[in-house]
Amino acid sequence: MTQLALVIDLNVCVGCHACVTSCKQWNTSGEAGPLFDDNPYGRDPTGTFFNRVQTYEVGEYPCTETLHFPKSCLHCEDPPCVPVCPTGASYKRKEDGIVLVDYDKCIGCKYCSWACPYGARELDEKQQVMKKCTLCVDRIYDTRIPEDRRKPACVISCPTSARLFGDVHDPESDVSIAIRESGGYPLMPEWGTKPSNHYLPRRKTKMRIHEDELVRADNPLRKEDIRHEVSKDATLDDWLM
Amino acid sequence: MTTATTDSKDGSTTLHEEVRTTTCYMCACRCGIKVHLKNGEVRFIEGNADHPLNQGVLCAKGSSGIMKQYSPARLTRPLRRKAGADRGAGEFEAISWEEAFSILEERLGNIRATDPKKFALFTGRDQMQALTGLFARQFGTPNYAAHGGFCSVNMAAGLIYTIGGSFWEFGGPDLDRAKLFVMLGTAEDHHSNPMKMALSKFKRDGGRFISINPVRTGYSSIADEWVPIRPGTDGALLLALINEIIKQGLYDREFLVNYSNSAELVNQNPDSPEYGMFVRFEVPPEEGCFDPQNKLWWDRELNRPVSTQTPGVEPRLLGEFTLPDGTPVKPAFQLLSERVEHYTPDWAAGITGIPAATIKRLAHEMGVTARDQKIELPIAWTDVWDNEHDTVTGNPVAFHAMRGLAAHSNGFHSIRALGILMSLLGTIDRPGGFRHKAPFPRPIPPCAKTAKGPEDVQPNTPLNGMPLGWPADPDDLFVDDQGQPVRIDKAFSWEFPLSVHGLMHNVITNAWRGDPYKIDTLLIFMANMAWNSTMNTVEVRKMLNDKEEDGEYKIPFIVVADAFQSEMTAFADLILPDTTYLERHDAMSMLDRPISEFDGPVDSVRIPVLPPTGECKPFQEVLIELGTRLKLPAFTTAEGKRKYRDYPDFIINFETAPGSGIGFLAGWRGKGGEKSMKGAPNSNQWQMYEKNNCVFQYHLPKSYQYMRNWNQGYLQWAQAHGMTRHAEPINIHIYSEVLQKFRLAAQGKTDGRQPPEHLKKRVETYFDPLPFYYEPLEATLTDKHKYPLSAITQRPMAMYHSWDSQNAWLRQIHAYNYLHMNPLAARAQGIGDGDWIWVESQWGKVRCLARYSEAVEPGTVWTWNAIGKAAGAWNLSPEANEATQGFLLNHLISEELPPNEDGEHISNSDPVTGQAAWYDVRVRIYKAKEGAHDTWPQFKAVPPAPGTPPRRPWQNYFAGVFRKGEGK
Repeated sequence: MTQLALVIDLNVCVGCHACVTSCKQWNTSGEAGPLFDDNPYGRDPTGTFFNRVQTYEVGEYPCTETLHFPKSCLHCEDPPCVPVCPTGASYKRKEDGIVLVDYDKCIGCKYCSWACPYGARELDEKQQVMKKCTLCVDRIYDTRIPEDRRKPACVISCPTSARLFGDVHDPESDVSIAIRESGGYPLMPEWGTKPSNHYLPRRKTKMRIHEDELVRADNPLRKEDIRHEVSKDATLDDWLM
Repeated sequence: MTTATTDSKDGSTTLHEEVRTTTCYMCACRCGIKVHLKNGEVRFIEGNADHPLNQGVLCAKGSSGIMKQYSPARLTRPLRRKAGADRGAGEFEAISWEEAFSILEERLGNIRATDPKKFALFTGRDQMQALTGLFARQFGTPNYAAHGGFCSVNMAAGLIYTIGGSFWEFGGPDLDRAKLFVMLGTAEDHHSNPMKMALSKFKRDGGRFISINPVRTGYSSIADEWVPIRPGTDGALLLALINEIIKQGLYDREFLVNYSNSAELVNQNPDSPEYGMFVRFEVPPEEGCFDPQNKLWWDRELNRPVSTQTPGVEPRLLGEFTLPDGTPVKPAFQLLSERVEHYTPDWAAGITGIPAATIKRLAHEMGVTARDQKIELPIAWTDVWDNEHDTVTGNPVAFHAMRGLAAHSNGFHSIRALGILMSLLGTIDRPGGFRHKAPFPRPIPPCAKTAKGPEDVQPNTPLNGMPLGWPADPDDLFVDDQGQPVRIDKAFSWEFPLSVHGLMHNVITNAWRGDPYKIDTLLIFMANMAWNSTMNTVEVRKMLNDKEEDGEYKIPFIVVADAFQSEMTAFADLILPDTTYLERHDAMSMLDRPISEFDGPVDSVRIPVLPPTGECKPFQEVLIELGTRLKLPAFTTAEGKRKYRDYPDFIINFETAPGSGIGFLAGWRGKGGEKSMKGAPNSNQWQMYEKNNCVFQYHLPKSYQYMRNWNQGYLQWAQAHGMTRHAEPINIHIYSEVLQKFRLAAQGKTDGRQPPEHLKKRVETYFDPLPFYYEPLEATLTDKHKYPLSAITQRPMAMYHSWDSQNAWLRQIHAYNYLHMNPLAARAQGIGDGDWIWVESQWGKVRCLARYSEAVEPGTVWTWNAIGKAAGAWNLSPEANEATQGFLLNHLISEELPPNEDGEHISNSDPVTGQAAWYDVRVRIYKAKEGAHDTWPQFKAVPPAPGTPPRRPWQNYFAGVFRKGEGK
């Protein structure tokens, strides 16, 4: 069974928010849209975004890490938002594992957003229906889009290609390989939701220099005349017998 | 253009969808984009996968272009300030374009016929300088520049005067092959998407990334190591790194000998007029802008002088020698080594705050990586001395730096030190190091020269010289007989001799004061000089509105061309509404700052994907029309008739000289588009760009892609294609004779121009042929006990370049800004996280919100620049967070230094280049009184300008139906 998902590489994410606004522009005019903006030009503008980037500082100066953390619906294998939905609006697709909301059935009761431990759902304040990441279901199967661009908008826009997309159930997919080889992990596995999206951790490259690497036979200083001034005074040669 | 029909899933609606290709301009990065349109509205903007610059990706700004297009801040009609209304009040009436052109034609025509320097044109955008500069020159005014002077001219000048190229548009780090990457003073921008793409590949390939920066955000956040540094001290760090690299013998001797002036012998006779100059073995007249090959080395075998590049000779780099005529000489490298002798890691530790052991380790990492991880590419090439090479060598240590180094008054020398460090490691235009982008490398300095004196400015005559240029000696300055500046911004004067990008940040103050003279008309394009692009914002706003005793404005006429209602437009007498990037033709030209790649020249165009909104007119069209009406020679025929129908026609047919075959665009030249770089105008050139993703890319043969300063094949190719005048080697200036020439003039040792008495010491001090460290000028004129902290700004990635702060989607990411500070610094003042505080410099104070951060070194506070807005500007509601909780640090920064020995009104700038010293300011912080609830200062709200679209209280953007009323 296919389970589509995103794998987000925190090792290269610079927090640029490209995924945030490319998602917004694709989806506001797509099947999941429009995505409401309240006070777009006034005080405290807010709006519906399926994907947001949070930034954290970890550690104390000077050992500080600044971590950018993009977050959207994790398309759980066992999504707690589905069983709590009183109308069946929240559902998980059998064919590809995408968790979706049927706006026609949604009554905006917010049970799903309370059930979601990740805060991934956004109530559209205008339509009063629950909205969330669809993995751009209206892009990824559209055969009029060139095949290599048939991916979620956040994935094709990401300048650091920090977002991988594919079937996490296929052990040979890029996403499965990345999870396996780069230490991919799900968020809060203790909740038993089995999130399909995974994150790849920061990795550090260090350099070790051995002391003798600083002393080399081909040191260019040897090509210079580094003799010290010649002394005309008596030397030990004159004294030692 | 492709057309497709898109059905929604259930097939119930069919909307017409078109896809058009053009070039982004949400920032100056200039990515290729595909714009999907639905019923004439923008459906989706995606990166163009076939574009070399961004290869399909697109950033947060690019993906928010829709909200730029439909912004309520759009100016849509020419506007005239209402009679009697104050400047800054934002009271306007709409007029027709014909009225606007008539006003300008009459006013500018009179100025041009009488005293052309009374017209000043300054633009915030410096990627269309080829046209704006041409217009200014044809007009005959010396008063023209773009924003480089207040942005990053130190980065351009510091490196171009050292290695013949610089970062970003001019060149950059080759992260494809580097093993170690060191980024200094770069926040989240410059370069944008290409840097992000390269960084992630580099990290995934196992490269080691070190970021040296007072703050850890953006790119620095994914660095393997963050090295916090005190602002303005990068020069000290770089000089200490050089010290350690020389001391350990970790420099690339062969590279320095062959490709720099390290081994060339410098005259050390203090009584000689040639003191500090390279000794010439023959003295033919030195014409042309290249270094003649007439210098000496000291042969280490025969222990005598020989001419440079003598085959088989290995010169000394260290030592002191005496020429047969008794002249004492030293190799330039010896002088460098003496210079850095006292710049030890221990010394630098006290200045930078970086432990000496860390500095040493950084030097060792750089040196050992460069030496032991050499790359040999099987690419044969021939150098300018006819030596054949079987391979191209690379030492895989790459650097990148930006405004953190540049925006200090000691930035030029810091950046010279960086260029020298990169050269010591043997990394210039080599794989894994720094690589040039066409048209760089250029001679040191490049050939273009400005006009030289007041006689070059004459009525009804084009300026006799380029508006901006690259002085090679004091005779290239633009001064009068007394050594006084000719330009309103005092660029190319003795105060800032190498101000190669001008000093836009001093234009308003100088014009207001009438120093060096009064002007009549100031035309500002796309620059927010009444807000975030000016220093001393409160006072500059007063200057813009200040009047003489007779009631006339001190700056009599201000024209602003912009697409949006900014803080600056409020001060205009006449507003010219520009188009957005989706509505116009544009050329990213080889004559300007193209988007070239490492492997060859690239230029690109914009082609409108939407019609202009309202009566908007591209600024390019305005210049062509004005140039025609004013009968400027480049825009009119010999009979004084219109020469170019419009901007697209101009781009096709303009040539740098009649029949030169060189024009704005390098692609598809020649009658049928069969030529590139050089060729006759092609009437179908735009269509050919359109068919080819709006971009032209030329791949140089592999053997021309590296070592281009000395690559015979490349230099001859560049010469044949009009990119450079000389196919001569461009040797790295470890030791800068150009600087020494200015120093000798200041010492009275030359026959040519000499600085005025009061500037002699200044020029002598700062025109040091070798880099040196000095404390930023403002800090030396500040009570540092009272103002102990450095305050700096940076731009967030989602708003890099400030043109979109009103963007409905982006402002949901950044609607206001905090002053970020280390908790150690905050607690020392009793400041809590989220408190209202005062931040104060010797120039003024600002009230703002405090935010604790562990990602900033404790002596620094910082904020996002240009998030704060004046009330009502950008057609945001006056109570918008930008105006009530957002703030500008600019209020704390002066455009001039306190009176000092150099003068009373000396710009707060680098004394070599005139680079605005934004990051030199020192501040203190303290808690605001209880009850504070907004930022200070506040400004009276301006009303929406006539013709701006309504401000929606909410919106549901859905392409195809939006403007029909949805969400109003």
